[in-house]
Amino acid sequence: MTTPATIAASGGQAIDAAPPPDCPLAVRGLTVSYGEKPAIFSVDATFPATAMSAIIGPNGAGKSTLLKASLGVIPRLSGSVTVFGTPIDRARDRIAYVPQRASVDWDFPTTVLDVVQMGLYRKVGLLGRLSGRMRARAQDCLDRVGMADFADRQIGQLSGGQQQRVFLARALAQDADLYLLDEPFAGVDAATERAIIDVLKGLKAGGKAVVAVHHDLSTVRAYFDHVFLINVRRMAEGPVSTAFTPENLNATYGGRLGATHIAEFAQAVS
Amino acid sequence: MSALLDALLLRAGYNAALVAVGAGLLGFAAGAAGTFLFLRKRALVSDAVAHATLPGVGIAFILMVALGGDGRSLIGLLAGSAASAALGLLLIEWIARRTRLAEDAAIGAVLGTFFGLGIVLLTVIQTMSAGRQAGLESFLLGSTAGMLFQDAVVIAVGGTLAVVATWLLRRPMTLVAFDAEYAAAMGFDVRRIDLAMMGLVMAVTVIGLKLVGLILIVAMLIIPPVTARFWTERSGRVIWIAGAIGGVSGYVGAALSASAPAMPTGPIIVLSAAALFVLSLLLAPGRGVAAAILRHRRFQARVHRRQGLLALARQEPIREPYTLRLLAREGLIRPDGVPTEAGRAQAAKVARDERRWDIAREVHQDAGLTGRYDGLTPIDRVFTADEIADFDRRLGPPALVEGTA
Repeated sequence: MTTPATIAASGGQAIDAAPPPDCPLAVRGLTVSYGEKPAIFSVDATFPATAMSAIIGPNGAGKSTLLKASLGVIPRLSGSVTVFGTPIDRARDRIAYVPQRASVDWDFPTTVLDVVQMGLYRKVGLLGRLSGRMRARAQDCLDRVGMADFADRQIGQLSGGQQQRVFLARALAQDADLYLLDEPFAGVDAATERAIIDVLKGLKAGGKAVVAVHHDLSTVRAYFDHVFLINVRRMAEGPVSTAFTPENLNATYGGRLGATHIAEFAQAVS
Repeated sequence: MSALLDALLLRAGYNAALVAVGAGLLGFAAGAAGTFLFLRKRALVSDAVAHATLPGVGIAFILMVALGGDGRSLIGLLAGSAASAALGLLLIEWIARRTRLAEDAAIGAVLGTFFGLGIVLLTVIQTMSAGRQAGLESFLLGSTAGMLFQDAVVIAVGGTLAVVATWLLRRPMTLVAFDAEYAAAMGFDVRRIDLAMMGLVMAVTVIGLKLVGLILIVAMLIIPPVTARFWTERSGRVIWIAGAIGGVSGYVGAALSASAPAMPTGPIIVLSAAALFVLSLLLAPGRGVAAAILRHRRFQARVHRRQGLLALARQEPIREPYTLRLLAREGLIRPDGVPTEAGRAQAAKVARDERRWDIAREVHQDAGLTGRYDGLTPIDRVFTADEIADFDRRLGPPALVEGTA
């Protein structure tokens, strides 16, 4: 019999040495350190194709760090990252990233449509012109997040939820196969949360993979197929039905979640 | 005054015309190249780069004299200044990346050290026999005296290259200035783009050194984009407006300084740019001070109009004199305080929107949307037409304000 402790440590499955070749995002032995204290330590993670995955864990557990270090936005101390079976630097065109919206200065002189077109910069290149077709594509991405009428607004005039939608539209413009989102629902209104989740579910239906840092345990079941629990180390991973359990939440959050909360979030398990 | 006019119209002689055109070109290049430094919030890096040129000027002079050449060869001096500026730049980058010091501390340390070393070298040169007429102190505050056609060509060619490079790199530089993390995730090399941006600034600094001087060249890199920012909300346009502002300041400043004897060129150019900055600060639409005051007063009027109309709809008395004056001026009430037909119609509309908001708060319990209720934001800016139609269905037929026909 496996004890809850070993389930928590391995997520109920053996860690594959090599991820399957079509795996959208596989991280092996990833360690990131600010100074001498590892923010995440020797993390292995395998995110499944055509699914929505949540990275969850308490504040300071290294959720965003895992995402950013995987992308190479912050330097890694050790570890390797493969995207669809190839090293990440050879798969940049297949990845779209949605950073936390608080990470930029919204007084920057640019319009909503300009920001969405930034998602096309790699395709257009240095000298290429943003053709009418590209513009139409950016406009279409704005439409998909319900912001079609805001194309010419200065970005400083947007509400928090609208800012988040613009960032999502920029990622959509990249037409990637793997979408990585850092707290897409943090501080947004309920209408925006619905709009974003609809878009993400549409991506999944189109065969894309979505990985999001997520902080709201009460919506995990409704939104996601797969969870990755982290607290500096990997605590558990797997389908929501088997990995999102009271034991694993307890191990990940320690005493920070009350027993009643854990029971509530992980209710449907039995 | 006519001397100034002559200078502006390039009639003050060959040298003055050369200086004015050269300064205009330099101003354009500096404004354009400085744009992304400003947008990246690293304006002060340019100050350190400029001060870091001085030891290079000194060492180049000493080397050229020691090798038996003319110590004043402009190309030699510029090469020396570029080398030491590049060293200073890399040093700042290295300190900020590898030590616990932040970039501002690194800038302060590098700026002071290099400038100190440069001044020591200049003093040594002053005492050298060959250094008497070196004129190197013009590198501090800039000088138009003895500007040669060759100098103007250096500025024109270098400046044009800097503007072209700024334009070519505008997309990666915009991306990095706005959202460096996203740029890195896309696979752009943020460090190389930053170095290219600062390299452009360094190039403009070096070619402008002789004319404007190293102490004030930073102003030509920063004041034009800061000024341009008042006039546009598009980063691409900031480049060209900053270039234009820099170009005009350079041209006018150089003409001004040429129209009177013993006027320092750099400071006059910078003051010209500063005058444009102050004008923009006060008068620019949108971001200017006057516009902000006007906007505040319009906002105040909106608040009073709304409150007044709500009071009319509820048949409550209006006590604030400003509200009464405002409504009377707009023909919404008669001088005796009785609402006019237009006043009643608008009051009915305002009252209806209030009731729509009540429904909206019932339907949308979440704070996100209903939190937008501030009593003033028109409801059709928050909700779509079909949503409002839905509120209206729940609301029933419009209620009439007392006295409406």
